[in-house]
Amino acid sequence: MAKIIIPTPLRKFTQNQASFEGNGSTVGATIENLTETYPDIKQHLLDENGKLRNFVRVYIGDEDIKALQNEATEVKDDSVISIVPAIAGGSL
Amino acid sequence: MKKLDINQEALELMQKHAEATYPNECVGFFYGKEDDTIRFIEQAVEVPNSKEGDQRRRFEVHPKDYMKAERYALENDTTLLGVYHSHPEHPAIPSEHDLKVAQPFFSYIIVSVKGGKSVRVRSWQLNETNVFEEEIIG
Repeated sequence: MAKIIIPTPLRKFTQNQASFEGNGSTVGATIENLTETYPDIKQHLLDENGKLRNFVRVYIGDEDIKALQNEATEVKDDSVISIVPAIAGGSL
Repeated sequence: MKKLDINQEALELMQKHAEATYPNECVGFFYGKEDDTIRFIEQAVEVPNSKEGDQRRRFEVHPKDYMKAERYALENDTTLLGVYHSHPEHPAIPSEHDLKVAQPFFSYIIVSVKGGKSVRVRSWQLNETNVFEEEIIG
C-alpha cells in the first residue's frame, strides 16, 4: 500500500492523521481510496469532475505527477505520495 | 478565532524579512503549538519567493519548499501553523488573490511595509464559511 502524506491544513479532515496507507494501483485510485475513507477532504482535493483541483499539486517522492502520467501514474507499495497545497498570494 | 501569541524573535524575523525584500513581497512559514484558545508561534523561517517575474504584488512557494516545511515540522515535533507574507505599500489585509488560494487551518500573517519600513502586522484565518477572519495578536 502506498503512503499519502496529508498536509497540515487538511489533517482536520483525516482525524489528525499525518499519513494514510491507501489501496490503488495509480495515484488517482489511491487518492480515491483516501476520499472514500475521509469524505470531508474530497472538496479540498478534487473538483466537481473528480479531477485534482488547480491549487493542489501531487508529488511521488520528489517528482511532480504532472511530469509523469498525472493521476494515471502508477504507484508501488513503497511509494510516498505528497499532497501539496498551493502557497501563493499577493497584495492585489 | 484563536488568539496568536508570537514569540518576539519570530515577529522580528518576519518584519525584517519584509523590509529586506521591499519593494518585493516576501514569504515564509511559522511553526509552534496551540491549545483551545491560543496559537503559540515559536519560530518563523524564511522561504524563497519562487514567483517568476514581478514579485512586487505576488509570492509563491515552490512545492518542494512546502514539502520540506512539512518534513521539518514532523522531525522537530512542532506544527506548521501558517504562512507569512508582506504587502509592500498595501495594508495588511488579505487580497482576493490571497483568499482564492488560502487553506483551512493555516494562519496567514501579513506584514504591511511602507517606504521600506514594516508598519503593521495582522493575521487572518479562514472560518467555516471560507471567509477570512482576523486573529488577534497579543
